[in-house]
Amino acid sequence: MKFTSLLATAAMAIGLATGAVAQDKTKVGFVYVGPVGDGGWTYEHDKGRQAVEAHFGDKVETVFVESVPEGPDAERVMTQMALEGADLIFTTSFGYMDPTINVAKKFPDVKFEHATGYKTADNVSVYSARFYEGRAVQGHIAGKMTKSNIVGYIGSYPIPEVIRGINSAFIHARKVNPDVEFKIVWAYTWFDPAKEADAATVLIEQGADVILQHTDSTAPQAAAQKAGNVITFGQASDMSEYAPLPRVSSIIDNWAPYYIARTQAVMDGSWESANTWDGIGPGMVEIGEISDAVPAELKAEALALKDAIASGEYHPFTGPLNKQDGSAWLAEGEVADDGTLAGMNFYVEGIEGEIPQ
Amino acid sequence: MDLTEINPVLLVASLMVAATPLLLAAIGELVVEKSGVLNLGVEGMMIVGAISGFAVSVETGSPWLGFVAAAVGGALLSLLFVVLTQVALANQVASGLALTLFGLGLSALLGQSYVGIKPPSMAELNIPGISDLPVIGPILFGHDPILYLGIALTAAVWAVLKFTRAGLILRAVGENHDAAHALGYKVVRIRCLAILFGGACAGLGGAYISLIRVPQWTEGMTAGVGWIALALVVFASWKPWRVLLGAYLFGGVTVVQLNLQAAGVAIPVEYLAMSPYLITILVLVILSADKSRAPASLGRIFHASH
Amino acid sequence: MIVLEKRPQPSRAWSMSTPLVAVLATMFFGGLLFAALGKNPVEAIETIFWEPLFGEFAFYYRPQLLVKGAPLVLIAIGLSLGFRAGIWNIGAEGQYIMGAICGAGAGLAFYPVEGWFIFPIMVIAGALGGWAWAMIPALLKVRFGTNEILVSLMLVYVAEQLLASVSLGLLKNPEGFGFPGSRNLQSYASAHNAELFEGTGMHWGVVGALIAVIFAYVLLNRHMLGFHIRLTGEAPRAAKFAGVNPARLILFCLGLSGALAGLAGLFEVSGPSGVVSIDFNVGYGFTAIIVAFLGRLHPVGILLAGGLMALTYIGGEIAQSQLGLPAAAIQVFQGMLLFFLLALDLLTNYRIRAARKEVA
Repeated sequence: MKFTSLLATAAMAIGLATGAVAQDKTKVGFVYVGPVGDGGWTYEHDKGRQAVEAHFGDKVETVFVESVPEGPDAERVMTQMALEGADLIFTTSFGYMDPTINVAKKFPDVKFEHATGYKTADNVSVYSARFYEGRAVQGHIAGKMTKSNIVGYIGSYPIPEVIRGINSAFIHARKVNPDVEFKIVWAYTWFDPAKEADAATVLIEQGADVILQHTDSTAPQAAAQKAGNVITFGQASDMSEYAPLPRVSSIIDNWAPYYIARTQAVMDGSWESANTWDGIGPGMVEIGEISDAVPAELKAEALALKDAIASGEYHPFTGPLNKQDGSAWLAEGEVADDGTLAGMNFYVEGIEGEIPQ
Repeated sequence: MDLTEINPVLLVASLMVAATPLLLAAIGELVVEKSGVLNLGVEGMMIVGAISGFAVSVETGSPWLGFVAAAVGGALLSLLFVVLTQVALANQVASGLALTLFGLGLSALLGQSYVGIKPPSMAELNIPGISDLPVIGPILFGHDPILYLGIALTAAVWAVLKFTRAGLILRAVGENHDAAHALGYKVVRIRCLAILFGGACAGLGGAYISLIRVPQWTEGMTAGVGWIALALVVFASWKPWRVLLGAYLFGGVTVVQLNLQAAGVAIPVEYLAMSPYLITILVLVILSADKSRAPASLGRIFHASH
Repeated sequence: MIVLEKRPQPSRAWSMSTPLVAVLATMFFGGLLFAALGKNPVEAIETIFWEPLFGEFAFYYRPQLLVKGAPLVLIAIGLSLGFRAGIWNIGAEGQYIMGAICGAGAGLAFYPVEGWFIFPIMVIAGALGGWAWAMIPALLKVRFGTNEILVSLMLVYVAEQLLASVSLGLLKNPEGFGFPGSRNLQSYASAHNAELFEGTGMHWGVVGALIAVIFAYVLLNRHMLGFHIRLTGEAPRAAKFAGVNPARLILFCLGLSGALAGLAGLFEVSGPSGVVSIDFNVGYGFTAIIVAFLGRLHPVGILLAGGLMALTYIGGEIAQSQLGLPAAAIQVFQGMLLFFLLALDLLTNYRIRAARKEVA
């Protein structure tokens, strides 16, 4: 080891020690990829952070830095939090994966939690939500509610997370309505409300009367409301300001229970590296209030489906299922394994169009 | 793939909506550049307009007041640009970029308490009988008032520049500020007014996004429209009607691209998404043969040295 | 009445002291802003300016200043040459992306072969990628007279789409479980632009930036080409008589700035960042334009301006996490700093005098 790095390590150790003496509060850091005012992804993570503060009161101190670009900037922000004595750091974007691992190596005593990634270490956990479980419920409602039999779907980028959602929604829409078709539009952006509005409008003009979105803004909701006779689902947050119509339900990311549990684990000294992929059951994915625009009977069905998924009795990807090209994927009664789901890069049978590569 | 699913009438109607924020911002910037000033801060002024308009219309319940506030907000931010470039004689390119940075930050600060709120909506023009006509109904008579304002503004700018003395003076200042000064025109004062007008227009464009097109408030929601508006002015070679054409082309390419996707045309999406920019470059090359050029004093600092 | 009087020669004293005055003014008004947000203004200012340089963890932040500042300086130096000649490349962001894609692509093409020759090939590929991207507006301008501001800006958006495309397709990590983004070059020894001395933040990009500063200084002050660049910017007609070939100058300036931006992208992707991903670019290409002007288009000035920008970024992040200042407040603060720096530059070239009313 070179002299300079020895020096750095020593200094870091001192920094850590002084940090630890100065406070007996548990310090929890959050690194956000967007502004806390994005009304979607980061907004929900920050609600989780506030829940941690509310739950533990004086026993915790939370810090956050928003709009941190993925890459070296993220690495610096994490290092800075660790230097300043954070005990637990949540890094809330897929692109923070390698920076998280890098920083975790330098600070073996600090615990890291990386959202939506797959690389773990002794002091790095990963966590993610099974949004596709919520998509199954949406698909069911969409398949029953559509009159034109065309469901529009706004995707961000063609990544496994989004493709999984499309498949899950499609399978359950087809199950209740064999004539339903999906029209999928890729916006190629995470965030551009104007473009999302355009995409929704286009889908509606081409006959879709249900719009599912995998982008975070309420722009598609407003477009649907303007068009009339179109239903939508809230994404990431509840978007209840558009209820009862067009928004008939929603998928909500609820990180609070997980954040509270992990913070508690650090306090107790019981924290261990884990790979958490939670769905409706543990409450990480919530189904927002199903509005009265949905017939009572259908609402009951949707809730029953939700309960079946929550209890583990039913898995949204249960065979028989074929891939788009007709080749067999899951046999009768077989359930998809998490590895395939995590890296899903194919459509299931019945969806038209190709995944852009 | 089924191209018959694309309804050309609806497509035209929705591309007009998509083009309006661009049009508003670009027509303002056109006036600014005609006066010989290059303000690269359009994105910043738009986003400040977006939040000013949003906040005021939520507080007062009136989208009209919101648009007034948006124009005022955009103009106020452009006042900073006036101070920098007309009073302190700072470099316009750098000042404009700084304005954008500042505007993005300022709007986010102002908008902290407006996330997740739905603004009051503006009624669409609805003339019984006429708005329901086939084809021309949805295209010509089924929009919100601001969309018409954008077109009216284009016509007004065109007429003023072409037929009035004020327009002549503005162009003279942009072509040769020293000569205009020698003739006794108040170069700085005229430019200040042009910049404020540009700021107000950009503010309106921003508010169109936050109040009508989307409508919601989110940080950074203009997502680069201001830059495209800047490009549009050059694209249009500083001619108002070409700005309108360009705005429709730009809005149109995006809408058509999404339409093709929804109709299941198997073209790689990323290449479709880059097509508006490539087409702009192509059109630009074709237009380069045109002899109409930029205002000669564009971006140059003016100081009256008697 | 107050009038401005142009100085016969820019004032050296003011040119040195205005940046300082501007920083002080920003501290004052920024302090007011922070106070309005309910934070202790003195503490906030101290956190932003003092903490990264001399605070408890300065040993970590000082090297980070190099990491953050190097790409800014490298790009800004290239841009400044063109700006001086009145050639406006504002698409450095796109050239930066293309440099990263080409450089990383060249490296990954060899994976998993190790060899000393791989990194140099990547450097060349990165520079060529940026150069080629800048040649599009250059050639269009030379051949058709097309406006380079617009073409270079449009190409940024095209490059962003290409970046998304290769992240999801061509360069996608085959062992990445289908997630977007390339292999991490940090774990591919031959392609890794590692720190030259551990813990110093010094990587090849920093070295490149310093070389670029020296090169630009020599070029502008000692070389005929530099003279031509300056002449074209200051007196285009005189330049024509002096035998400057405008087409060659356009090709040179745009090409060089493109190549330097491409290099910045390559050094970033192979070093601090490591992966080609959808959101790889973070706006260095645009910020560098501001840095170029803050540095008065002078190589040494750009070096200092790049450092100052890097300082506000890093200090701003510290202020966010320590004091809970919103990112937006930091942005506004940076905006203020730029305003004051630009506005006070007036004093370098002009004298402010109280004048009696007289007939012009």
